[in-house]
Amino acid sequence: MPSNNYEYFLLMPYIIIGVGIVLSVIIEITTKKSEQILPWFSITLFFIASFYSLFNINQNFVLFSGMIEVGGSTAIFNFIFNIGAALVVLSSIDYLKKYGTYYGEYYILIQSSVLGMMVMAGSKDILMIFMGLELMSICFYVLAGINRKKLFANEASMKYFLLGAFATGFIVYGIALIYGATGTTSIQNLIENFAGYTSNIIFILGFVLLLIGFSFKIAAVPFHMWVPDVYQGSATTVTSLMSTTGKAAAFSVLIIVLSAAFSFNSPNIFRPYFVTISTLSMLFGSIVAISQFNLKRMLAYSSISHAGYMAIGLAAGNVYSVAGIIFYLAAYAFMNIGAFTVISIIEGENDSRTDLNSLAGLSTKNPVLAASMALFMFALAGIPPLAGFFGKYYLFIAAIKSKLTWLAILGVLSSVISVYFYIRVVVLMYFRDSTENFKIEVSSYSLSAVIISALLILIFGVLPDTLMDVIISVLN
Amino acid sequence: MKQNLLLTYLLLTPIIGSVLVLFFKKEQKRLIRLFGLAVSLVAFIISLIGYFGLEQNNPQFQFIHQVVWIKSLNISYFVGVDGISLLLVLLTTFLTPLTFLSTWKAIEKNVKMFTFSLLFLEAGMLGVFISLDIFLFYIFWEAMLIPMYFIIGIWGGERRIYAAVKFFIFTMFGSLLMLVAIIWLAVYASSTLGYFTTNLTELYKVGPTVPHQIQAWMFGAFFLSFAIKVPLFPLHTWLPDAHVEAPTAGSVILAGVLLKMGTYGLVRFCLPLFPQSAVQFAPLISVLAVIGIIYGALVSMAQTDMKKLVAYSSVSHLGFVVLGIFAMTVESLQGAVIQMINHGLSTGALFLLVGVLYERTHRRDIAYYGGIAKLVPLYAAVLMIASLSSIGLPGLNGFIGEFLILIGSFKSPVLNSWWFTIFAATGVIFAAVYLLWMYQRVVFGQVTNEELKHELTDMNLREMIVIVPIFIFIVWIGVYPNTFLKLTEASAQSILQQVESFTMNFLK
Repeated sequence: MPSNNYEYFLLMPYIIIGVGIVLSVIIEITTKKSEQILPWFSITLFFIASFYSLFNINQNFVLFSGMIEVGGSTAIFNFIFNIGAALVVLSSIDYLKKYGTYYGEYYILIQSSVLGMMVMAGSKDILMIFMGLELMSICFYVLAGINRKKLFANEASMKYFLLGAFATGFIVYGIALIYGATGTTSIQNLIENFAGYTSNIIFILGFVLLLIGFSFKIAAVPFHMWVPDVYQGSATTVTSLMSTTGKAAAFSVLIIVLSAAFSFNSPNIFRPYFVTISTLSMLFGSIVAISQFNLKRMLAYSSISHAGYMAIGLAAGNVYSVAGIIFYLAAYAFMNIGAFTVISIIEGENDSRTDLNSLAGLSTKNPVLAASMALFMFALAGIPPLAGFFGKYYLFIAAIKSKLTWLAILGVLSSVISVYFYIRVVVLMYFRDSTENFKIEVSSYSLSAVIISALLILIFGVLPDTLMDVIISVLN
Repeated sequence: MKQNLLLTYLLLTPIIGSVLVLFFKKEQKRLIRLFGLAVSLVAFIISLIGYFGLEQNNPQFQFIHQVVWIKSLNISYFVGVDGISLLLVLLTTFLTPLTFLSTWKAIEKNVKMFTFSLLFLEAGMLGVFISLDIFLFYIFWEAMLIPMYFIIGIWGGERRIYAAVKFFIFTMFGSLLMLVAIIWLAVYASSTLGYFTTNLTELYKVGPTVPHQIQAWMFGAFFLSFAIKVPLFPLHTWLPDAHVEAPTAGSVILAGVLLKMGTYGLVRFCLPLFPQSAVQFAPLISVLAVIGIIYGALVSMAQTDMKKLVAYSSVSHLGFVVLGIFAMTVESLQGAVIQMINHGLSTGALFLLVGVLYERTHRRDIAYYGGIAKLVPLYAAVLMIASLSSIGLPGLNGFIGEFLILIGSFKSPVLNSWWFTIFAATGVIFAAVYLLWMYQRVVFGQVTNEELKHELTDMNLREMIVIVPIFIFIVWIGVYPNTFLKLTEASAQSILQQVESFTMNFLK
């Protein structure tokens, strides 16, 4: 246990973002130029927080009487959240300008949601998890409806809120039951006494409710109903934040609460649950995505199937699978942010040009954009040597090690199905000529977000060890 | 272990070349074409250095270069060749510059991207043939899908999108199941060897010890992936579509090299990794191969489209290769490898020649032509040689491969039946029927179509430069096959030894 002053040093990423939020509010109130200042201010905050976490990755401590953990895998999650959010902010600058929907709270809400995610990933107590989750979710509800004048955005926000509240209900009830059964909310206690608790039916019930609540958040079938509408209706940049970092945060919680079940001396009694949602999500997501003609909706279903792949890791439940999930989340975050940013560049007013056909002939209109989008699609489809492939590879290894070969086979079959709709995007961009005549205004900010994502995917793909070594060293 | 960088240079040449292409201006078409040609020629020269440096009697992998790549999974960049893979490497580097030359006029649209794709594709194909780590092999195997997909999809014919997507999904389906088998094998290796590995030379020791029931499944997963690529009947349906819709250059590479990746995979992975299952399933697979030989030939006969005819003839010819591999005698295996090369040369030449006509008339249907011997005599002669080579006329290359395969399968202890040989031999006869019949309808007789007189011009110098090197090898293999057989003998024997050493009980 470090001394009190030192504790605050270790908490620096949280403090940076927290103080940043307050400063952002002040900036927003006092200057008229907040539209120019806030995005860069946020990006600076995110960068400092992410690199601070990364450089202190080995300082693994539990602080505040077992409430929050710093360093270790938390640091990696913080890195994913912050870099992801920075990319989203970078792509938002032009997007908001294009639609004239800039409101000062946009960036502040993004910062707050990132703080929520960081609390989730670091929590060592179920109540902390809940606090972080609500901080993140409430920001997302508002962000989903940030295009106030748009009917679809309002619908998305409302739907997200109602179903999110529903999920929260599950989680709270689950926490209550767990507390009732164990008399504590400490995760450390859970891990130590897990084997004893598994015979307690109330505990199991509470835990399953907790898992169901988070299954909503990771967008797994059968708790996925909100996903397509919300992803489609929200502003594209918001969708890219929700679908990547939001999902990563929910997975970080699942990894934390399940770490007890993953340890060697206790059985992974939740395996049937995760096998089920993983199978359903993979197949449902991939199959339904085929019939989608709206890009954002298609990526929403793809997001469902990716949740399924990652749930393979939860079902397998060993060290490799946790490493695999973290790697996959990082890869997925950059693939998806890249893809959504491309959509946000092409998108026209009033949700026009978000359908597949608007990509037709992109390779002649803007070769760089088309090449990056193709890269993201191939990466999402899991073609080597791109980051998405290694994510799947690590998870399949974990599954086979846990004698879940059939689940890995289902995973590859659903990958084959998903190839169809991912390469359809490439078909349109490269093999067809444009049907609509519109000019794509590519600004350097959005384009740099796309290119950074593309580079990260290439780096994680060609040299997966750059990330994997860090993850494995942390988990050991 | 002594490291040798030759293969790495060979692999890097097209990769660096393809990256450099991106820095050219789009308008500099001529320069880009010349650059692509130059890069592929450099690759050819490097592979020739490999040929002259190879110890031909040594069945071990040579020119080995191993660098740790992904430490967490014990995967290394591990390359090396033996005689069999070197021959296929030579085929690849030999055909690629010719393909570049053949597209000089045919490809006008987006030359830069085409050159990029073709060089990238060459790198992928070379990678497949030289990888000695299954994981690395898989990466190249999949990565090479992307450029081929673009080549079919962008520069292809009318139904190119359908063909490209079908090609992609078929291949992906097989290879992903193979991925599961690869992981399973590596995980199994970690229980017997004590560490997770995808190193091929180590897995050669592990594979045969896998329990029989599971080995059959893994053999199935590998086999399915390769059989789709070969393609073996009844998994061949993507091939005619892809061939017909691909541009000439795409067809040449597809027939010449890509299909060989499937048969190469059978030789390199299926036989030595899972010898018991390979022996067990050999008769069944040979039946499919023979069906493929006859079916491909019969369907070829019924075609009205020249390109489709050549495409189906590939199904037939590759049936021979698969039969040769699974007959598992030294003769048949060597014949199979030679036949891979032969098919690359003959079918490559046929596709090029169909492309020559297509460039002038934009028609591929046989009925459109007739009596062109009078208009383009040189072309008629060249097409004759290519057809005869594909038929397997003694003195030309096709004969050597088919003869060795038939002899080998005749006395094969694994197949243990004459019927395979008897039925397969009919394929040779059918080949004569469909090719000569096509030749007769296109070349002989009266000029039925007046338009042809304006459209057709004889082979020009560039086209002759493309086709003559192929003919040199067609005759070389036909007259003095020893140059090539010597290269494969040691490796073929060592693969069969591996199979025999694990299946002694099985054969008795």
